[in-house]
Amino acid sequence: MAESSITESSIKAALEERLKAIHVEVQDMSGGCGQAFTTLIVSLEFAGKNSLKRHRLVNAALKEEIAQIHAWTAKCQTPEEYQKEQAATGGNDGPSFEGTSGGKVDGVQQ
Amino acid sequence: MFSRTILSRQLLRQSASAVRPAAARSIPAFAAPPAPASLFFRRLLSDQTRQAIDKAVASAPVVLFMKGTPETPQCGFSRATIQVLGLQGVDPEKFAAFNVLEDAELRQGIKEYSDWPTIPQLYVDKEFVGGCDIIVSMHQSGELANLLSEKHVLVKEEAEEPTKE
Repeated sequence: MAESSITESSIKAALEERLKAIHVEVQDMSGGCGQAFTTLIVSLEFAGKNSLKRHRLVNAALKEEIAQIHAWTAKCQTPEEYQKEQAATGGNDGPSFEGTSGGKVDGVQQ
Repeated sequence: MFSRTILSRQLLRQSASAVRPAAARSIPAFAAPPAPASLFFRRLLSDQTRQAIDKAVASAPVVLFMKGTPETPQCGFSRATIQVLGLQGVDPEKFAAFNVLEDAELRQGIKEYSDWPTIPQLYVDKEFVGGCDIIVSMHQSGELANLLSEKHVLVKEEAEEPTKE
C-alpha cells in the first residue's frame, strides 16, 4: 500500500475541525507504519446520540482517512462523560486498546 | 463452539458463485464506448452482492462478519468480538460467522451495505449493532447482555426447570 500521509496530528486536527472536538487523544498502534490508530474523542456533538450514531458521525467525518488505514478504534465521549470518568477514576483511560496485543494491532505489518 | 460457521460460509459462497456468471457476462460492456470514468471507478454494491449479503444477514439471529473464523480469528478486533459473544453465552445454534477474507466481494460489499468502514460487524435480528468498539463498550455497560437476552439468543440456563402448571 502507498505510504499514508495520515498521522496522529493530522487526525487530531481533522477531528477538532470537523467534529469540533474539544479534546482528542490519538495513538498510533501500528508499530510505526502509520496505518492503525486508536482515539479518544471528546465533543459536544455526541450529546444525545447513542454509541452507534457517535461512531457513524466520526466515520463520516474521517471517511477518506479511515478508508486508507488498516485499523481504527474510537472512544466517543461528551465533555460531561469525559469529566465524569476523570472524576471517578482519577484520570481517563484514554484511547481503547481493546483488540490489540500490547497496544499493537495484529497483522498490520504483513 | 460455533459449528454453524462453515455451513453458513458455504451458503454465502454458493450465493456468491451464483453471482459470478452474471458478472462475467457483463464484461463485454467494457468494450462498449467508454462511460464516464466515475461509473468505472466508483464501486457500487451490485444487486447480486446486496442480495447475497441480505441472505447472510438473515441466516441466523446473530451474525458476525469477521476476519478469519471464530476458531482462528485473523485480527485482534475480530478476536475480541468473538470473545465477547462467547462470554455473553450466545447460543451457537443461533449464530453464524462469515469470513470476509475468503471473499473479496463480501469484504468490500459489507462495508457499503452497513455503511461501516471496518470489520468485524455484528448483526442481531438483521439489525446492525456495531463494530468491535461498540460491542466491547456495550458488553462492559451491560447493554449487550440486555439486547441478547431480549432477542432470546443466549444459551438457556441449565438451572431453569420446566414450570408446572
